[in-house]
Amino acid sequence: MGIEIKMPALSPTMEEGTLSKWLVKEGDEVKSGDILAEIETDKATMEFEAVDEGKIGKIMIAEGTDGVKVGTVIATMAGEDGAEEAPAKAAPVAEKPAANAEAEAPKKAESGTAKLATEAKALVSDPAIPEGTEYVKITVREALRDAMAEEMRSDDRVFVMGEEVAEYQGAYKVTQGLLAEFGPRRVIDTPITEYGFAGVGTGAAMGGLRPVIEFMTFNFAMQAIDHIINSAAKTNYMSGGQMRCPIVFRGPNGAASRVGAQHSQNYAPWYASVPGLIVIAPYDAADAKGLLKAAIRCADPVVFLENELLYGRTFDIPKIDDYVLPIGKARIVREGKDVTLVSYSIGVGLALEAAETLAGEGIDAEVIDLRTLRPLDTATVLESLKKTNRIVVVEEGWPTCSIASEIAAVVMEQCFDDLDAPVLRVTNEDVPLPYAANLEKAALIDASRVVVAAKKVCYR
Amino acid sequence: MVLIRRFEEKAGQLYGLGLIGGFCHLYIGQEAVAVGIQSALTPGKDSVITGYRDHGHMLAYGIDPNVIMAELTGRGAGISHGKGGSMHMFSVEHKFYGGHGIVGAQVSLGAGLGFAHKYNDDGGVCVAYFGDGASNQGQVYESFNMAELWKLPIIFVIENNQYAMGTSVNRSSAEDQLYRRGESFRIPGIQVNGMDVLAVRGATEEALKWVQAGKGPILLEMKTYRYRGHSMSDPAKYRSREEVQEMRDKSDPIEGAKAYLLKAGVSEDEIKKMDQDIRKIVSEAADFAESSPEPDAAELYTDVLVEQY
Repeated sequence: MGIEIKMPALSPTMEEGTLSKWLVKEGDEVKSGDILAEIETDKATMEFEAVDEGKIGKIMIAEGTDGVKVGTVIATMAGEDGAEEAPAKAAPVAEKPAANAEAEAPKKAESGTAKLATEAKALVSDPAIPEGTEYVKITVREALRDAMAEEMRSDDRVFVMGEEVAEYQGAYKVTQGLLAEFGPRRVIDTPITEYGFAGVGTGAAMGGLRPVIEFMTFNFAMQAIDHIINSAAKTNYMSGGQMRCPIVFRGPNGAASRVGAQHSQNYAPWYASVPGLIVIAPYDAADAKGLLKAAIRCADPVVFLENELLYGRTFDIPKIDDYVLPIGKARIVREGKDVTLVSYSIGVGLALEAAETLAGEGIDAEVIDLRTLRPLDTATVLESLKKTNRIVVVEEGWPTCSIASEIAAVVMEQCFDDLDAPVLRVTNEDVPLPYAANLEKAALIDASRVVVAAKKVCYR
Repeated sequence: MVLIRRFEEKAGQLYGLGLIGGFCHLYIGQEAVAVGIQSALTPGKDSVITGYRDHGHMLAYGIDPNVIMAELTGRGAGISHGKGGSMHMFSVEHKFYGGHGIVGAQVSLGAGLGFAHKYNDDGGVCVAYFGDGASNQGQVYESFNMAELWKLPIIFVIENNQYAMGTSVNRSSAEDQLYRRGESFRIPGIQVNGMDVLAVRGATEEALKWVQAGKGPILLEMKTYRYRGHSMSDPAKYRSREEVQEMRDKSDPIEGAKAYLLKAGVSEDEIKKMDQDIRKIVSEAADFAESSPEPDAAELYTDVLVEQY
């Protein structure tokens, strides 16, 4: 009973090769692991080993032959004498793939890297706030802390880990008081070792816990971005939905004040480009609280981008037990009919400020806070555009490959006919953020630039 | 061990036929490491994580060869529904946490699994396998530091097969005695003959005692050898054929185990029978992996996220 030895594929891209040299001759006994031949691929000269034991029958392709297609029979082999049973069973199987290889050739899997998964759009909205609900004033910093504390009280799997989160009470005091209430088992100071503790947190999430990993700033998460993307975001997909990673990576993001280029960058577009991640960037205290609670409960990995300049800002927040907001839903923070200003995080404040100025000049601007950047609530943006027919995106970040670019693309693709003017982007200047006060000011967005852009799309 | 050997040989064969694509890293030669360690662990309690050379570990953990092979051929019946491939396979049910393609990532992730064992006080220990190549990655030392600082229940296993792709340990490591790599973190290390399954098991039992006593992590350096190239497309020109042949002839873990069995009174016939049974299992796995259909086109969009938003 013969086994056909076929020209092997010896690299992911090999389609044919040169049979450089035979190291066995007809009639030789070979055992598994013996080198049969040397084959030159598109990349290197490889040794080709025997898998089965037996005697080399006929050599079909002479050494030195070029352009031997993968799958061509290059020799035949007789099964080993004396151990009939095993080879007799193995042989048909060894033959079967060989026979199938050609028949199945068209079935060979084609790479699908050119396409990106789309997101299903869920129709959800904020919980209705009952009439007469009391509002309290609270800072964004306190709102974030309260969200973590509430979730830690209700779920023992939730813990907080990061640099200076425990004894120091948080580099920006966001975790103030958590150590006292929850103790060192659940509020954990790490060494300065972002890559390592991002990995530890991700592994803990894979092991069934619900980690909240604080980066002192997202600038330092660059050291850890491998775990955020390669380990956290992709695992559910790569495991066919078996292995989840319910983790929150949170911390301040974007420009702070006079801290220079390495400490001032908005990473929202980076993370928002990655399938498998949820990316949230709230503006006010109520959204910070409601969305961080949702993020901690979420079964998917979440990048939660805060802003240092907003931590101390005070907002009204409804006094409701367990205030949780839906992920993936934008919010119209100011209604208007003449132009839509789309923004997120600190840009929302500037858009609102610009809207006030514009109102004084007779332009009624609608302001949308995206809140979640992945998945992006394009429906709310496009609905607003149908009404105003003009749109300006306001983003504290670089212009190239930004959230603003994405919005412009979506609007152009899906609602081109609703546009009465080109989509304009108001973003930071396309430079690393400088230190000098005047240069920093020149590089960052402000409300007056939003006003100029809004007037431009209104042809005013 | 024989199952792993035959399985990997078959995988190599299927790769040659174009049925397995991309990267495919075979475990041939290193079988005693995974088998010796797994035999000392408690299934369902202890957790395991490794890098991309993961087929052997999965088999050693009792995961069905059919679904592993079907993953290699990219079929819907594969353990990751065909979406992971050779390097990205997981079985949460078996507490096998992958299957990771980024060199060294599994060490930090493993420390996280150890953290979860300690946090839940479940008595489990994590075994994090990595290679001599990964042992030069920075995050390994970040993880060593935290694991010892927090006394995490984890065994770090360096599978020193002596070549990080094509670079030998001596050409890449200032301290080439890798069991000493934990010293500055106060993590004790043991160097083990990774070609001897009983030596591996014995060392693992000692390591488990250390970790289970709450003394924190321990490092096992398994001196082993891979017979094949780093991946299927590696011509392995960085070492001589004689070097490989000498290892096969003198230190083969399966021949070593066979000698133990014969000495223990197991007959040649019984061994032959086992061998035949294993060939059958592997043949069936290959058949299954070839005849199963490719994933449904709709699978492209599933499992990106768990929840709907």
